Amino acid sequence: MSPEDCVDLYRTMVRIRVFEETVRRYHIAGKAPGLVHLCTGQEAVPAGFISVLRPDDYITIYHRGHGHCIAKGSSLEALLGELLHRRGGVNLGRAGEPHLCDPATNNIGSTGIVGGSVPLAAGAALAAQLRGTDQVSVSFFGDGVLNQGVMFEVLNMAAIWSLPVVFVCEDNRYGEFTESATVTAGERYQDRGAVFGIPSDTLDGMDVLAVREAAEQAVGRARRGEGPSFLVFETYRFTGHHVSDQQEYKDSEEMRAWEARDPIPNYARWLADEGHVDDVAIARIHAEIDDEVEAAAKVADSMPHPGPEDLGTHVFA
Amino acid sequence: MQQTERQISLKAAVIEAIAEEFRRDPETFYIGEDVGVAEGIFKQTQGLHAEFGDRRVIDTPISEAGMFGLTVGAAVAGMRPVVEIMFSDFLTLVMDQLVNHAAKIHYLSGGGFRVPLVLRTAIGVGGVLGSTHSQTLYAWPAHVPGLKLAAPSTPADAKGLMTAAIRDDNPVLYFEDRMTYNLKGPVPEGEHIVELGVADIKRKGSDVTLIAFSRMVHVALEAADALAAKGISAEVVDPRSIVPLDTETLIDSVARTGRAVVIDGGHESYGIGAEVAATVSEGAFDYLDAPVMRIGAPHNPVPCSKPLEAMMVPSADQVVAKVERMYG
Repeated sequence: MSPEDCVDLYRTMVRIRVFEETVRRYHIAGKAPGLVHLCTGQEAVPAGFISVLRPDDYITIYHRGHGHCIAKGSSLEALLGELLHRRGGVNLGRAGEPHLCDPATNNIGSTGIVGGSVPLAAGAALAAQLRGTDQVSVSFFGDGVLNQGVMFEVLNMAAIWSLPVVFVCEDNRYGEFTESATVTAGERYQDRGAVFGIPSDTLDGMDVLAVREAAEQAVGRARRGEGPSFLVFETYRFTGHHVSDQQEYKDSEEMRAWEARDPIPNYARWLADEGHVDDVAIARIHAEIDDEVEAAAKVADSMPHPGPEDLGTHVFA
Repeated sequence: MQQTERQISLKAAVIEAIAEEFRRDPETFYIGEDVGVAEGIFKQTQGLHAEFGDRRVIDTPISEAGMFGLTVGAAVAGMRPVVEIMFSDFLTLVMDQLVNHAAKIHYLSGGGFRVPLVLRTAIGVGGVLGSTHSQTLYAWPAHVPGLKLAAPSTPADAKGLMTAAIRDDNPVLYFEDRMTYNLKGPVPEGEHIVELGVADIKRKGSDVTLIAFSRMVHVALEAADALAAKGISAEVVDPRSIVPLDTETLIDSVARTGRAVVIDGGHESYGIGAEVAATVSEGAFDYLDAPVMRIGAPHNPVPCSKPLEAMMVPSADQVVAKVERMYG
């Protein structure tokens, strides 16, 4: 990776975090109503993984998916516009956060149903295989999906047909408000992939370079026609399941321990140690991204809401 | 001009439509359980695997939810799959991907993604297959915005509706009453399209309109014969698609006859018959000489008993009795 690419990974993570904080602000101000799920703390997975994808590769995401949209190249204005439910949003302001997608970036999106987007990713991979393209499809999902039946069905089909799909489980330790370990059988989550003969691994999801390296291998395998992979990235959401969640179910020591592994400052230190950036450059990146997101927010907040004429369009193609 | 009307079965007509579209469009493929080498539980995919091979006619594990979800994903990526759910009873297994995904993706994406797939499934009672292989569950998906539903009654319509369904940019559920598979009739050779949302008057009449779906069209035609013998002229209208519904043709017919009975193989309560009855009652209210009536299956599961099973299928006698009551 060139020094510029290394710094770009940092920019993507910072862009995601600043975006999330902006969304939180708008939610608290009542402008992004409904349920809002932030990925603060988990930025390394979307930033690192999607950095190895091509624009024509497919992704599916889940309710904690703003970071994936940003990493795949969605317009910040249109993305934020959607979260504010405005007509200029990426989905005309009617999908809202739980159903975000972005056709322009081959992001098939999130569907509001836990595990619901997993078969869609495998289906896009099937399309690529039938057409003979070398596109890859990546299914991002949380640890809650580990116990959804449809995931097992899809893993089986991905394995028997050697589909060009990568299953990426972002294990942030909690499915909504319940500690996943208390409701999930089996020694290791990655065994859910391994049992189907799918190359499976567990990796540090707080280390953006480790994520990228694993992504290069898994995506490369899929692109070469060598079939699916199942990767579990250990990560942590610094916020609640949604913005209003007070997280009383979490242990404060656990939270402190994970905050010490914050992927952004840790990667900044690595970049400095490698000589890619200095303190001035880091400060400049943050200032630039603050301005970029603020400018996008201003545009988004000035977009009109959908009108009555938008209620019934696109029911049928 | 000499015209030899070729007679083929409804099942053969559906297969012909699929094969012709598959030859025309390389983005199509067929996917389902036992559909490849085995050629389907009712031989309803006969010849497809032999002609199009493993890559275009795909056998899946028995995993309806995941398999159908995969198909939705392939359609979002722009392909045109025909996915088979062996019995409409198994729609229960694909409901999440059908209702929360296939039906909504076009709307929620702001029109950016389309889901051009056909879900082919069998309905109907017969052969003592019991309560979970005999249901006619088209009323459920009809309630969900974003899904289209077709239900042919004749071989020609079966071919034309399947062709239209494959070319449609929306998810289309295609219901075949398995008891009509061997029904023969004239079917045009080559391209034949029956647009969704266009009803067909199967028999002209002036005293009462019998609106019937799928296999019930034949029950209605039989009833019309019996009614004719009693001096009552019945018009038989086949909507052919449930969504979109050709309300104009239905209301127009009922406005002319002043009476209507809706005959549907699904359960009568809360069913398609109720929706159609309400639609024509509202639309033709000023012309009605009697309340619009419904006939459907009783409100109990389909039993595994030959004599009881027969009671689950609306009969021409029931239709005649219902019409005669209107003349009370």
